Amino acid sequence: MSENKKLKLAVYWASACGGCDVAITHLHEKVLDLAAAADILFWPCAMDFKYKDVEEMPDGHIDVCIFSGAIRTSEHEHFAKLLRQKSKVMAAYGACSCMGGIPGLSNVTTAVESMSRACLESPSTLNKDRTLPALSADVPEGTLTLPVIWDTVKSLRQVIDVEYFIPGCPPSPEITWAAIEAIVSGKLPAPGSVIGGNKSVCDECKLEKKNEMRVGEIKRMWQIKPDTSQCLMEQGLVCIGPATRGGCGALCTNVMMPCRGCYGPVEGVDDFGAAMLSALASVIDSNDEKRIAEVVDSVPDPIGTFYRFSLPESTLRRRKIAKEGV
Amino acid sequence: MSNFEPTIACFLCNWCTYAAADHAGSNRKTYHSGIRIIRTPCSGRVEPDMVMKAFREGADGVLVCGCHPGDCHYVEGNYKTERRMRLLGRMLEQFGIEPERFRLEWVSAAEADRFIELVNEMTEAVRKVGPMELTSEAVLASEKGGAK
Repeated sequence: MSENKKLKLAVYWASACGGCDVAITHLHEKVLDLAAAADILFWPCAMDFKYKDVEEMPDGHIDVCIFSGAIRTSEHEHFAKLLRQKSKVMAAYGACSCMGGIPGLSNVTTAVESMSRACLESPSTLNKDRTLPALSADVPEGTLTLPVIWDTVKSLRQVIDVEYFIPGCPPSPEITWAAIEAIVSGKLPAPGSVIGGNKSVCDECKLEKKNEMRVGEIKRMWQIKPDTSQCLMEQGLVCIGPATRGGCGALCTNVMMPCRGCYGPVEGVDDFGAAMLSALASVIDSNDEKRIAEVVDSVPDPIGTFYRFSLPESTLRRRKIAKEGV
Repeated sequence: MSNFEPTIACFLCNWCTYAAADHAGSNRKTYHSGIRIIRTPCSGRVEPDMVMKAFREGADGVLVCGCHPGDCHYVEGNYKTERRMRLLGRMLEQFGIEPERFRLEWVSAAEADRFIELVNEMTEAVRKVGPMELTSEAVLASEKGGAK
């Protein structure tokens, strides 16, 4: 990154919704500052490039690649590896890339099950011939192919080496800008760093903890009208804030929406979901076996609650696949 | 399958079940040898992640044992265990881990025989379910491209 040369930037998306690309444009007029500081060599979501443009670059040509999305197909992995080869620095951008994100929840199913749900079973699908996408099809112009979908969704670092992690679903404009400033100025933190807050979401949340934390009953959002001054967890809502890295400014909890953990675990936590599960279970206000069972069993969908954005990065990574046709 | 010997990781509270296992040993009682005992200061020390790591590292079953309700050396550690492990149990089922593989039991220091019975019973139950064979690493490695 010599000073008389503009920074060479690439932006790519794998298994993602596109929200991360929108988050970059969410910088508003600062996007112009970005364009002034960097040449964007590749950004399929926003500009017209072809894959061969990347293939033809010399190795290490790109200074920084901002990579959003999880790795779910052969194409994602191929491109992650190709961009790794062509980039000096890889930054995982957004929850999917950092931890597997929402697509990562597919790790409770298999590729066949997901496909069948999407193409055959979902109530809004009409597919009388039960057609499923084929990996290749012969047409007059030649053979068309599709990438292979794997059973297991992975985070970016499970496939290639990654220097920086910028979490969030999507990362906030402040965090995005902080990361870009660091990249442009060359004042990057040590490789392996997460660019985000250093404390938990609770630290940034303005809601007040009024009592000693005791949860008598687990409630869902639709069951109560939350008190707008009191900690949501105290009110019985499952809020993942205590285990989640801040940096988002507690956007959700400040509008009475419990935290879902998109910024990932706070520093030093191995297994995000297990840590939060443990924290929640400890504050359940009962020592009676029957009552404990009632409260615990009212927690909806434990994997979806505690690993909403992080299942591929969990200790067990995915559901055990039963052998032979079970 | 018949010669499959399950490995069961046992997290035993120092104040009760660990002493029970110790008694069983000093009384020269025999029981299934596939257990791996991990002594903890209290069953409340057992974090859910420790159970999951045990499975990931190759345990076919995990047994967590603590003091009977009301008997906790630290007053309410075992109640916390009860809440955590029950919630964890539900999550493990979502991970495809059969309920036979994970148990929470209360065994006092005086119940050496009950500990033996428990270990033998759980071993047989896990033997029926078969080896754990966690797919996570295996699947990642076998899929095209595989893990890093």
